[in-house]
Amino acid sequence: MLTIDRATQDAIIAHARRDHPDEACGVVAGAIGSDLPTRFIPMINAAMSPTFYEFDSGDLLKLYREMDDNDEEPVVVYHSHTATEAYPSRTDINLAGEPGAHYVLVSTRDGAHESGPVDFRSYRIVDGTVTEEEVQVVDGYTDTALEEAESTEQKAEH
Amino acid sequence: MAIEVRIPTILRPYTGGERAVDGTGATVAELVEQLEVDHPGIKERLIDNDVVRRFVNIYVNDEDIRFTGGLATPVADGNTIVILPAVAGGAPS
Repeated sequence: MLTIDRATQDAIIAHARRDHPDEACGVVAGAIGSDLPTRFIPMINAAMSPTFYEFDSGDLLKLYREMDDNDEEPVVVYHSHTATEAYPSRTDINLAGEPGAHYVLVSTRDGAHESGPVDFRSYRIVDGTVTEEEVQVVDGYTDTALEEAESTEQKAEH
Repeated sequence: MAIEVRIPTILRPYTGGERAVDGTGATVAELVEQLEVDHPGIKERLIDNDVVRRFVNIYVNDEDIRFTGGLATPVADGNTIVILPAVAGGAPS
């Protein structure tokens, strides 16, 4: 299950609408081991395409360096499909390089503007196998969740 | 002093879970050959037909080797090599 706060979900959807009809992409980083997406990082789609997305290789290096420095990992990797459903394509599956991440797919097919619906779905993609998972949207992460995340992180360090 | 090679999560099964390993060689190509000796199977994930795979990025001291001579890019002790899978995908065609 993906647990994500409403403000971050809204930011992902807003980014997808803004870049429509091109695909939008980005990451939500979180503390290593926490499974909580806390830092929203919209990325530029270097492919600038309605059917493809790719992080610029320089941006990619900078992103991973920042996450390393902050003891973060990519908890969510998101992108939009702008004319098809919010389900991973064969290309998405073949290129999925973060086995620990929640892959969020957003479809702006019917909801490029404020009024329309936007599908927001999440998947695990590991070794070519896609597993859809429930998305739990919360108003904010509870202190308990953050404390648990911190204690997990501390354990991971020891 | 050795060459530090940073390994992405998806390739850590080849390095026994290590996030970074030591490398040797005078070029990226030689470094990859030595990585293959130390961590069998890793080369095929990085290189296809003597070029870096389209969706793998290799950086020598923060420079993407696509812009510095590809696999012929020189490396030396004290350099840091970072390997990152591209973050990419797309809609069904």
